[in-house]
Amino acid sequence: MAEVTIKVNGAPVSRDVPDAMLLVEFLREELRLTGTHVGCDTSQCGACVVHLDGRAVKSCTTLAAQAYGAEVTTIEGLAAGEELHPMQRAFHENHGLQCGFCTPGMIMTGIDMVRRYRAAGQELDEAAIRHELEGNLCRCTGYHNIVKSIRQAAGEM
Amino acid sequence: MFQSTYHRAGSVAEARALLDGAEEAKILAGGQTLLPTMKQGLAAPSDLVDLRGIAALRGVTVDGGSVTIGAMTTHAEVAAHDGLARLCPALAALAGGIGDPAVRHMGTIGGSVANNDPAADYPAALLALDAVVVTDAREIPAEEYFAGLFTTALDEGEIVTSVRFTAPGRAAYAKFPNPASRYAMVGVFVAKTGDDVRVAVTGAGEDGVFRHEGLEAALAADFSPAAVDGVEISGEGLMSDIHGGVDYRAQLIAVMAKRAVAAA
Repeated sequence: MAEVTIKVNGAPVSRDVPDAMLLVEFLREELRLTGTHVGCDTSQCGACVVHLDGRAVKSCTTLAAQAYGAEVTTIEGLAAGEELHPMQRAFHENHGLQCGFCTPGMIMTGIDMVRRYRAAGQELDEAAIRHELEGNLCRCTGYHNIVKSIRQAAGEM
Repeated sequence: MFQSTYHRAGSVAEARALLDGAEEAKILAGGQTLLPTMKQGLAAPSDLVDLRGIAALRGVTVDGGSVTIGAMTTHAEVAAHDGLARLCPALAALAGGIGDPAVRHMGTIGGSVANNDPAADYPAALLALDAVVVTDAREIPAEEYFAGLFTTALDEGEIVTSVRFTAPGRAAYAKFPNPASRYAMVGVFVAKTGDDVRVAVTGAGEDGVFRHEGLEAALAADFSPAAVDGVEISGEGLMSDIHGGVDYRAQLIAVMAKRAVAAA
């Protein structure tokens, strides 16, 4: 068993889990945070994206044990009570989803790209958003409203 | 998912002891290749030795014209490093083109180099930059280090600790990514320092990354995209698979070489 002591959405968590347990399994099965999805399970689709110490990672391709000592943020950790995070609100207002399966990963990836571009002083234009979404697949929307949502949120975050 | 005993190493020496003491251990760097490989049942190490906690293996150091990149430095960190972007923008751009943003936040240069995937990007850079792979035991020139498909000069349990090179005068990397996997169908890294030109090709060789002497000679004489036209790119030793045949890859080598020279 491996000891996993991390912070998840601000709350300290410590568990002994099987050595090879994936971070996404830890979140979904140990903590019952089922907002993080498993889509392809082959690190292609991005439905499992969470933030590890503030950076987007694929939780299906990360061991829970690798996150030792880190802070993990999931889709459940974004809203402040009833008030949605600007990225969540933008997806809602722009109809940035259809079935919704990829949405948690899209939102976590969206927040990550906005923060990174801002920190680097780079403009996150439409082309950049589309390029940054390379690791997140949506099979419903055709991406247009997802891109629109991220653009809106980038101006509000 | 799979059975494997996880170890968190606090130092390189501890990692080495853990590796030596285990039956069939593998180093876990960022895990972006190893974990998917384990999920597919293509690797089943008895033990995983995680280097993530070893701070000394992380970071980019620029000292005059010399660049040292710690083995556990992520692709995202290499891509975003200001000093490197000034000294060798080709390598920063290469790192920023590996996988996708989330993969780049975990994947490491040491992991990529140790795995030596024949379609990985870093091997082309290291070979063209005449880099040295530094391990816990010795220093290995890239020329000797890359030894075939998924094969390196590393001994059992030997740990890559950093990669070092002298910044070239001009350099660029051009790749044609596979539309699905985003791995290089062909990637060409061109580096020019003084009159010396080195050209390394990834994604195309049956034995993994290789230098192209014909392109090097032509570009040393005339460092221009047009010089590539006069070079015969032989299909001998090139890979052929469902993604592309030998002729297609040979053609891509010429096209990517031209693009790299134009961008350098």
